[in-house]
Amino acid sequence: MDLMGIELLFKGQNFLRILGGLWVSVRISLISVAISIGLGLLVGALMTLRRPVVRAITRVYLEIVRIMPQMVLLFIVYFGTTRAFGIHMEAELAAIIVFVFWGTAEMGDLVRSALISIPKHQYESAKALGLSRAQTYRYIILPQTLRRLLPLSINLITRMIKTTSLVMMVGIVEVLKVTQQIIEANRRTSPNAAFGMFAVVFVIYFLVCWPISMLSKKLEKRWSE
Amino acid sequence: MKRNLVQKIASVVAAGTLMMGALSGCGASNASVDSNESNATVESTDSSVTAESAGYRTLDEIKESGTINIGVFSDKSPFGYVDENGEYQGYDVYFAERIGKDLGVDINYVSTEAASRIEYLQTGKVDIILANFTVTEERAEEVDFALPYMNVALGVVSHDDNVVTSLDNFPEDEEIIVISGTTAETYLEKNYPNIKLQKYDAYAEAKTAFENRNAIAWANDNTEVIAFAIENEGYEVGIPSLGSADTIAPAVTKGNSSLLDWLNDEIKSIGAENFFHADYEATLLDTYGADYEDTLVVEGGEVK
Repeated sequence: MDLMGIELLFKGQNFLRILGGLWVSVRISLISVAISIGLGLLVGALMTLRRPVVRAITRVYLEIVRIMPQMVLLFIVYFGTTRAFGIHMEAELAAIIVFVFWGTAEMGDLVRSALISIPKHQYESAKALGLSRAQTYRYIILPQTLRRLLPLSINLITRMIKTTSLVMMVGIVEVLKVTQQIIEANRRTSPNAAFGMFAVVFVIYFLVCWPISMLSKKLEKRWSE
Repeated sequence: MKRNLVQKIASVVAAGTLMMGALSGCGASNASVDSNESNATVESTDSSVTAESAGYRTLDEIKESGTINIGVFSDKSPFGYVDENGEYQGYDVYFAERIGKDLGVDINYVSTEAASRIEYLQTGKVDIILANFTVTEERAEEVDFALPYMNVALGVVSHDDNVVTSLDNFPEDEEIIVISGTTAETYLEKNYPNIKLQKYDAYAEAKTAFENRNAIAWANDNTEVIAFAIENEGYEVGIPSLGSADTIAPAVTKGNSSLLDWLNDEIKSIGAENFFHADYEATLLDTYGADYEDTLVVEGGEVK
């Protein structure tokens, strides 16, 4: 009672269950983030092309992702594919597809904005120095782009980690769901457990996201020297 | 062919959007387990999205595979929840265990949310939903309900020094607390338009207001008010069952008659051994006490 429910952590397997749930969240987000970054670089580069068709397609893609709540996307991919095509997909795969679909669009937009923010004279100076197109990108443009990209993409990554709590809607038991299960299972004996247990979740999310932003700070500092 | 694909995709998108509406509709913060969100029934039965290939598994197919998928709540104590060892427990789960045993198959529990229960059945991702599923007309159009195994109704709790046992002569200058968006609110507004209601958005607010005697009575699902009166001292449920009595039943995918028939036979036959009373005593007794056993339990599928 006085501990506001934190003592529930040490009841039975609860702590291990929370860690198990955390691993599910982290696994889904890490896989999604890794794929999103790769595809996002590609899509971002495409977005800077001056081809109207490519521009239109990427534009529509980005707008769809921005307008659609991730929950709707998740339902479409998980239940919709079964309804329309009879495909039964693992819930976790559906979740990863949705997060990649979302992450790639947002990452692509970040890459695009970082690329076009590189002033024209950088390209021209590289050309004047006799660098080839590939060399220009390798030594001049990409390093500057990455530096500008880093803080923005860290923001996206932490947002993706936090949004993984949505996957409980398709039956995946991740860290937040485990916490809710623990709170509810002990509703009678510790009615105030919600406070303590959600405090635990807060700490957990912090411990996961904090190292990522520390890493980005470190990289930013190193690259700016 | 191409047109067909476009239509399919469009229908999938439409279904998703509709579902979203249904989901947000059920975001009203009510603390009750179920019967409050009958308006959240997922409306996605346009002919374009009928489950042509989604289908369901017949009784024989389930037996052959050796595993049955049962959708239950994982955070609705004492109906369906997970204990500290990670095991599913509760009134619904006790029944599910029996189903698995009598079918001779293993059970794969799927953790469902209130708003996704119908979708799980319509896509055949679970064989049975046993998640405190209240039978309503709207839902019966989307899924097939088996015989009921529990009653739900509204209840009214009061302070034990001034117990309200009937709403017919409710004092004019007094009020009843309800949570907005619940069946209690709709029912009282419709059937007792003269009674003044004090509305709160969240369970916790309503609870505090009631404890502070802002009103003499509080109407909610009877399972909720009974549990409240037992958990907290100084309160009494004067009206344990009010309004249209609804039931809770297992549901299967629409058209899955082999499984439905088996379930109905099962409910009847285990009724002979008073299975659901044993279930109540094992799972609900702590929360609701012995007094309400016959109010809540439906044995053998027969509502008295």
